[in-house]
Amino acid sequence: MKYFLKKLTGKLIEGTLFLSSTVTTLTIILIVFFLFREGLSLFKHSPIEDGFVVAINSQNTVKKITSPQIMDIFDQEITNWEMVGGKNDSIILFRIDNITDYYTEEQMGDTLQHIPKLLSRLVDSIPGIVAFIPASYAGADFKGRILELDNISLRKFLTDKEWYPTAQPAAQMGVLALISGTLWVSLGAILLALPLGLATAIYMAEIANEKTRRVLKPLIELLAGIPSVVYGFFGLVIIVPLIQQVFDLPVGETGLAGSIILAIMALPTIITISEDALRTTPRAMKEASLALGANKWQTISRVTVPYAASGISAAAILGMGRAIGETMAVLMVTGNAAVMPHTLLEPVRTIPATIAAELGEATQGGLHFKALFALGCILFIITMMVNLTVEYISAKRKYSKR
Amino acid sequence: MEWPKNTERNKNLRQVIAFTSFKLLSYAVVMILFLILAQIIYKGISVISWEFLTAMPEDGMTKGGIFPAIVGTFYLVLGSMVFAFPIGVLSAIYINEYTKDSFYKRFIKLMTNSLAGIPSIVFGLFGMTLFVNTLGFGDSILAGSLTLGLLTLPVVIRTTEEALKSVDDSFRHGGYALGATKLQTIRRVVLPIAFPNIITGLILSIGRVSGETAPILFTVAAYFLPKLPTGIFDQVMALPYHLYVISTSGTNVAESQPIAYGTALVLIMIVLLVNIAANTLRRYLGKKVKMN
Repeated sequence: MKYFLKKLTGKLIEGTLFLSSTVTTLTIILIVFFLFREGLSLFKHSPIEDGFVVAINSQNTVKKITSPQIMDIFDQEITNWEMVGGKNDSIILFRIDNITDYYTEEQMGDTLQHIPKLLSRLVDSIPGIVAFIPASYAGADFKGRILELDNISLRKFLTDKEWYPTAQPAAQMGVLALISGTLWVSLGAILLALPLGLATAIYMAEIANEKTRRVLKPLIELLAGIPSVVYGFFGLVIIVPLIQQVFDLPVGETGLAGSIILAIMALPTIITISEDALRTTPRAMKEASLALGANKWQTISRVTVPYAASGISAAAILGMGRAIGETMAVLMVTGNAAVMPHTLLEPVRTIPATIAAELGEATQGGLHFKALFALGCILFIITMMVNLTVEYISAKRKYSKR
Repeated sequence: MEWPKNTERNKNLRQVIAFTSFKLLSYAVVMILFLILAQIIYKGISVISWEFLTAMPEDGMTKGGIFPAIVGTFYLVLGSMVFAFPIGVLSAIYINEYTKDSFYKRFIKLMTNSLAGIPSIVFGLFGMTLFVNTLGFGDSILAGSLTLGLLTLPVVIRTTEEALKSVDDSFRHGGYALGATKLQTIRRVVLPIAFPNIITGLILSIGRVSGETAPILFTVAAYFLPKLPTGIFDQVMALPYHLYVISTSGTNVAESQPIAYGTALVLIMIVLLVNIAANTLRRYLGKKVKMN
């Protein structure tokens, strides 16, 4: 009996341990599920916010219209139906707020019950009208024609440059500017951090004596421990004004400021992983090189570094991955302009910064909200690819060493 | 002048140049760290006072203290650790002690590493949909702690695993040889030896959690809330979010800059203290274990 009880407890504990080990996997599955459920639903949706329609006169010959065209129409950049393939007739804009220009409160009724009828009559009487109205007002006996817009497509989402997620009536969801902003800033960061990080790693692994190393190591760890928001604050009060002065810019919040801060933040990752990789070089290899008459530097540059090359590239990729996903520091120093970057001396906006800055204002479940989740999906996919690449490289290293 | 090729002098000159520049670059990295620390300590130290640490923020956060943010961060750290410590440690024990070099072990490791690489803002999105909306916790300490807990879980698992791995197998064999079961060996032999390293890892992850901002943006953090939380379903202010708010979008960014420096210094102090505590503890407990 006692033996049985002991065995049962053992099994129970093992079961608990096993369950704990599944939590990380479970979390990833849940993240994928929630992120993609919300993000992908964006592509089943027209760019017009739920509950609203764009209606035109039933005689209007325009068949199809794209969402950038709708935006240009309401921004009064397109003023004639001819420009979107219709008859030569000037466009008359109508938003629901304009109703008081056409009808008195009396006509609308005490409880506004007459509005649908009035709208129907209005749209029917003005040939050039385009009306952005709540869908509930355009019922079965509505005499105008409701414009059908294509759903937001994944291709458009990834290749359009216009990011006006809250534009009325049709939101512009193009994330190319955000993606390229993210890549520019991260690439800049890695270009700055890699030489510095690699030099430090080589110094720590091969050149410095044990005592220096024991001082440097915890300092590098400390650099990794500083919260990203503190880096962002430091960038905001020191680096941003500095860049503004040095390059004589109107604003210092630029992609370069983001790159510099991200480079500092990526340093510990790059240094630690490269140093570990350099240390795996077999002693016999180094000694063989020294025995051939090479000095220490020749051994480092021709034996140790080439041997650790794959580990160093893993470090660079991982550092880049960290930079791509970093949110707060970048949000604070890059200026957040959602336009295509041409140089690093302009304000840029990255994907994580966009999510952090806009999610608070987006209505839950609305188009904007979904678009931000779709951005989250892109971020998830990019970082997942980075992780898998690094895993692949390190697995290969292990295998080739056997 | 043409350098003679491959002579002893040329070779050594190159070595001297290379080594010196690497040394200088390494010191440059350290200088960056000191520059950041110096700037924040220099400007922040004059702001820090007992009152600053224990008073409520006032006048649109341009005056007063940061007490509610400190308390909020404390609760969030506590909450996330209550969640992440046990699961992380148990998970690491399972991975290191129970699984052989199997497919499952590699799979779990891959998942843990992947989770560690997911950006913190994605955790924020996830925490918002799962904890705040789907499970209906609302913006609360509970939702924020769980999100932060999931974020630190891979760190806890990794450090614990490293600690367990560093325990020599001869200890385990010794345990079995004395007739102990696997469980007894783990509890009485392996864990006590690995304990200093486990606890160091755990303490270091506290530093990590206290500075995270993106995951709490949409799960718990309040912009301005001059009162203390009464339960786990309350919103709180938190130090990192407070620093972000007053340095970018506060009512008066210029006027609240001293407060921002003070907040940054408090955050840095937490990280420094946590680092020092972890290292001291590792040394102290390490000695004790060796003596036994």
